[in-house]
Amino acid sequence: MTTSADIATPEARGFRFSWTDSFLWAIRVMAIFVIVWGFVGAIALGIEGEGLTADAWKQLIVSGIAQGSMYGLIALGYSMVYGVLGFINFAHGEVFMVGAIVGYFTADALFTVGLWESNFFIAILIVILASMLSSTFTAVVIEKVAYRPLRNAPRLIPLITSIGISFFLQNAVLLLIGPAVRSYPSAPDWLREQRDIFGFQVSGTTIAVVLIAAVSMVALWLFVERSVTGRAMRAVAEDKEIAALMGINVDRVIVMTFAVGGAMAGVAAILWGLLFRGVSYITGFLPGIKAFTAAVLGGIGNIVGAFFGGILLGLFEGIGPNVVLRGLAWQIPTALGITLLVVGGATVFAGRAVRRNGVVVLGAAVFLLGVAGILNWTVVIPGLSQLKDVVAFTALVLVLIFKPAGLFGEQLGAEDRA
Amino acid sequence: MNDNLKKWLPWIAVAVVAVIVIVIIAVSGGDDDTASATTTTAATGDTTTTVVEDTTTTTEATVDPTPGPLGAVVVQPGEEIQIRSLQAITGDVAFLGVPNLRGTELAIADFGDIKGFSVNLGTPLDDLCSAEGGQAAAQTIVADEQVVGTIGTSCSGAATGAIPLISESGGVLISPSNTSPALTSDLAGTAGDNYAPGYYRTAHNDLYQGAAVAKFVSEELGLTKVAAVHDGDPYTQGLAQAFSDAFEALGGEVVVFTAVNKGDTDMTGVLTEVAAAGPEAMFFPIFMPEGGFIVQQVGDIAGLEDVVLIGADGLLVDNFMELSESEGMYFSGPNLDYGNNASQIGTTAADFLAAYDTAYGEAPSAAFWAHSYDATVLLLSAIDQVAVVQSDGSLFIDRQALRDALTATSGFGGIIGTLGCDDFGDCGAQRISIVLHEDSTDVEAGKNNIVFEFSAF
Repeated sequence: MTTSADIATPEARGFRFSWTDSFLWAIRVMAIFVIVWGFVGAIALGIEGEGLTADAWKQLIVSGIAQGSMYGLIALGYSMVYGVLGFINFAHGEVFMVGAIVGYFTADALFTVGLWESNFFIAILIVILASMLSSTFTAVVIEKVAYRPLRNAPRLIPLITSIGISFFLQNAVLLLIGPAVRSYPSAPDWLREQRDIFGFQVSGTTIAVVLIAAVSMVALWLFVERSVTGRAMRAVAEDKEIAALMGINVDRVIVMTFAVGGAMAGVAAILWGLLFRGVSYITGFLPGIKAFTAAVLGGIGNIVGAFFGGILLGLFEGIGPNVVLRGLAWQIPTALGITLLVVGGATVFAGRAVRRNGVVVLGAAVFLLGVAGILNWTVVIPGLSQLKDVVAFTALVLVLIFKPAGLFGEQLGAEDRA
Repeated sequence: MNDNLKKWLPWIAVAVVAVIVIVIIAVSGGDDDTASATTTTAATGDTTTTVVEDTTTTTEATVDPTPGPLGAVVVQPGEEIQIRSLQAITGDVAFLGVPNLRGTELAIADFGDIKGFSVNLGTPLDDLCSAEGGQAAAQTIVADEQVVGTIGTSCSGAATGAIPLISESGGVLISPSNTSPALTSDLAGTAGDNYAPGYYRTAHNDLYQGAAVAKFVSEELGLTKVAAVHDGDPYTQGLAQAFSDAFEALGGEVVVFTAVNKGDTDMTGVLTEVAAAGPEAMFFPIFMPEGGFIVQQVGDIAGLEDVVLIGADGLLVDNFMELSESEGMYFSGPNLDYGNNASQIGTTAADFLAAYDTAYGEAPSAAFWAHSYDATVLLLSAIDQVAVVQSDGSLFIDRQALRDALTATSGFGGIIGTLGCDDFGDCGAQRISIVLHEDSTDVEAGKNNIVFEFSAF
């Protein structure tokens, strides 16, 4: 928050902002204003008994984490390819979709022969294996056919190619199996049962999804950090030419990167099938976009960041609309409003006096809260859930305004931005 | 790589040339039609001066009918009456558009010649189920001035693109499966945003479906608190709104009116929102896969275990009804129990299905084939009614007279029931039924298990 103050020009220091600066500061003020009001409002409404019950909140948090862990697994593929090759592989969502479709057919076959119900562990292991293999295969083929010939082309070119591949895969699957939505057989009852974990009522399927995702994540982290191939990957990510001079087979490492990313997408695909069950040729599109968002949120190129970015995005989606938007229906009490108005106004002047922009922003937001309280503002938004993507992406933009390289990201060098 | 390219280059060149030739032939073919046409079209905004281009017609014009304000189509002896089909025949919605197209084809065959002139459907056009697709296809239709009328579109969205062009050109468009109130009227005398003269439909208006569901929930089930969920699509939103309005008019309370996003998989958020409002029934007239995710996840949400679930015709499809969680749900939709209803030309549903199976070797994949058959018979009958054989043997079809004849339709026999048009083109039988789905292993039984019938007339 203070970075632009530190490098501010003399004009800025004198609070004579350009229009762009004023606009950005206004966004920050509004963001703090809306978030604080919504957050406090949601809690206050809950205490007054008008908001969601505690159980409902827990349910939203759990489903957000489950959804987010899948975003995280898919995001790994985006982040790893970006880290090594420096472009966004938009076909990765389709790699996920291929895994989900192959997984469906495997699961359906196992269900028909009865193994799905008689021995679920073996069945799900086979399904995950089939899905991982097909996703890995798809990712590797894409790399060989579409990206390797473009290895030395400007980065925009493989980016556009990846969009083309994405359309190709979608339509190929559409032609092969048609547009119908196919449903995975439902998990056995003993797994689906609700269980009590730290006071959260969680279905067994959700626990399994989060656990499998976490285990896969740790395995990947160990692979990248501890294995020889992982070290080679990091070396190639650092500098391809030098890595080649050091005797690393760059092509092989790149294939490995795609393969590992594809395998993670394959795992995510089965978790998707277990939790949501319905899959079709279009299944990969939105999760792909969301996972890419998660990768950016966590700091693209950083695998730990990608996973936590995914979970955070899932949480934003799950509870965001209810935390922030539902709370706006709460009317700030007038007495509190007057207090906030005075305190906020004072903070603004104090901030100006000590020339700290952050303090001014905070003060302005508090001042606005006071105004809202005195004027008895309330905002009731119909169809909250429809806005979950809006909330999630707004949250993304806000995170990037405050932290441009993402949560775990490093500042990009000029070369990387090309 | 390069060698490969060289090898294929001649073939690619041949293919490109072939495509160009086909396009040129197609375009000039259209030109031929218009060249031989003796069409008269009134200039926009100038309805008094109609110019008859063909000299032979001009000389005969003293004894023959003069074109009305929208002009007329004159079919020369030996030529065919041109009508068109505009349906979603490729892509996701082809399951709906293809049976619609075939219904039209069978109706033309059954209807036979009109005053000695045969009817030509031309090349079937594709509405792509989108406004852009509807508009592009409508441009093709209006470019050919010999086209008298069009059966289409499959999707309400496509109709919004096609209606302005076809209406402006003086043509008529009769849809078998558009149900959006915006295309016709609010049933209280106000035209919808997308209505324009020349548009008709045999499908029901969604306001009737909304009213039917509201009446069922309120009077049959005796519930007073409901939730309505749509997915932002004009069709689903319009239907959810129509239901809510009708339900409140009956004295019930809509405790939450919300929406999912198309493409959403995790429905916990929207279901939690619904649960917080505590409804007794939830109406969600959406599609797969979102509808599937809702029924699969609704059981895990505290407070929604006993809520009555009601879907609409969008979910009355096999891959939804095969889900075990869909058992016990109600579905609203057009009443498909046609019994012995006979079309104006005598065809019953049984006749039609037998002919369909003979011609195409399968059963129709969607529910609106009868609406399409009736729409086509309606159009051909209206043409038959207004067409005049002129002294030179040509057939004169006045465009305004055709619209007037369609608007005046009443008591017209259809497979779907008795057709009658209101002032805004709603011609359907407006019969809605609600079915109860009890066994996910027997989808057909669920579709036919009618528990409530609603008829607007």
